[in-house]
Amino acid sequence: MDCSRPSNSYLLRCSELTRELPAPGKRLKHENGATPSALNGRRALIEDVSFDLACGEVLAVTGPSGSGKSTLLRLLNRLDEPTSGRVLLNLKKPGGDDHTGGIDYRSIPARELRRRVGMVMQRAYLFAGTVAQNVAFGPAQLAQTLTSGQIEEMLVRVGLGGYGERAALTLSGGEAQRVAITRALANRPELLLLDEPTSSLDEAARDSVEALLSSLIRENNLACVWVTHDPAQAQRLADSLLRLEEGRVAGYRPVHRLKASSGDVSPFESTYHPAVTEVGELPRVRERGTSTDHPGNCG
Amino acid sequence: MIPRYFHDQVTQGAAECAVAAVMALLVMLLAERRGVGLLRELPLAQLRGIVQIVTVGGILTVLLRGPSGTSLLVLGGMMLAAASIVRGRARQIPRAFALALISIFVGAGSILAVMIGAGILPLRITMLVPVGSMVIAQTMNMQSIFLDRFRSEVVSHTGEIESALALGGSPDAAVSIYLRAAYKASLIPSIDSVRSLGIVWIPGIMAGMVLSGASPVYAALYQFVVISTIFSAAALTCLVASALVTRRVFSPQEQLLLRP
Repeated sequence: MDCSRPSNSYLLRCSELTRELPAPGKRLKHENGATPSALNGRRALIEDVSFDLACGEVLAVTGPSGSGKSTLLRLLNRLDEPTSGRVLLNLKKPGGDDHTGGIDYRSIPARELRRRVGMVMQRAYLFAGTVAQNVAFGPAQLAQTLTSGQIEEMLVRVGLGGYGERAALTLSGGEAQRVAITRALANRPELLLLDEPTSSLDEAARDSVEALLSSLIRENNLACVWVTHDPAQAQRLADSLLRLEEGRVAGYRPVHRLKASSGDVSPFESTYHPAVTEVGELPRVRERGTSTDHPGNCG
Repeated sequence: MIPRYFHDQVTQGAAECAVAAVMALLVMLLAERRGVGLLRELPLAQLRGIVQIVTVGGILTVLLRGPSGTSLLVLGGMMLAAASIVRGRARQIPRAFALALISIFVGAGSILAVMIGAGILPLRITMLVPVGSMVIAQTMNMQSIFLDRFRSEVVSHTGEIESALALGGSPDAAVSIYLRAAYKASLIPSIDSVRSLGIVWIPGIMAGMVLSGASPVYAALYQFVVISTIFSAAALTCLVASALVTRRVFSPQEQLLLRP
């Protein structure tokens, strides 16, 4: 994807995104305008999460278990519904490089949204059948057929040349995750959501899958939200960092500030403490992209 | 042994029921040692069953003297009761009562209508109610198995289903494999019943017809008709349920609602 765009543009804008669980036996109304303090008996999975993502930017989301990282990705892919807040997307218009401008993602049909906002989960969750059938699943939903040559080309790029006819459920963890990545990229997404894609792998597989993802993201200049519990991985890969704690934004920093920090001390530990939360810095200029009030044009 | 101690049918029947109930309880006690956890449910089910069947026996005694259209009311009531029982087994599925009722009404209702229309099943209350009740009962059982299996398949494969959704797949595409598995599982007992007909078991209708003096061959053929009717109705009911259930486990935004 060509992202040689004006610098003041965003691909994704997430504003005060909140997802609550209703009190037992009660239905929760979305967009009801309730303030968090009024949410008697309700548990917020995430609360008032705001950030922007520029075209081609990699945002690492970190935080302890249960802090809402996966919930955030599920909301962005619309596998779950936010209780309140907005998500604006500035996707390409069909058949061209022009962009739609910031439009509420609720106005995009769910299937189309999920094709354009791809997701790789913590586990591969491959379908029964061959590797080729898994890779072809997404395009097949639009009645598009990938040729065996196209599938093989994609598999070669992830180091799985010749795997097309193998039974998907017999692959190792690392191989399966490579297929899951290929499967997501077969839809040619404009934004990729990665939910701890290396955390269930052994060390060797983790390193190779991380390197693969990193190169695919750079090659395609993909915008990416990468959830990880590993601060070192986040620092290696990310342009900007968002830390969640108990569902709230506990810190946000663009990467150039992180790189300037001491190498011995984790920048997360040193700067991502709730006491030094910097959510207010969201509109600052970043290295690879900037959020402003204008969606701009990523094309 | 029991008939020796009782001189009227009602008290003898009550004693036989007691023996049968205790026997079932003993088996469940054995099963409880393996942690099945159904022992509490059984006595209530038995009590409910005996009250219901005796009540129906009394009602039938009255209805047998009524017009033939009365049987349709009786079958309608049975469908409502069956749907209510299916809902109890499928509580995690939203609006399960309506789903069960529509499925049973379409599945059992249409097959019974065909049999009545063809003149195979007489509209007489003495025939329609017993045969119709067997059809409805089997559709209820199969639908309970189908929905329970579907629920457990979905809950244990949420990752695969949400992966399919995340790739832009439709809810139908995401759960089709689990619908097929549940449908097959629900049909297996009925297919086995048809397969073992006459070898493993001789159903009640045939036995009753032979005892009342009908030709054993005609009784056997008619029994096959009844068993096939039951199978068709139950299979169609589950087919309708499989067409309706997907909508109920996904939100309008195509998000999976049925989660662990």
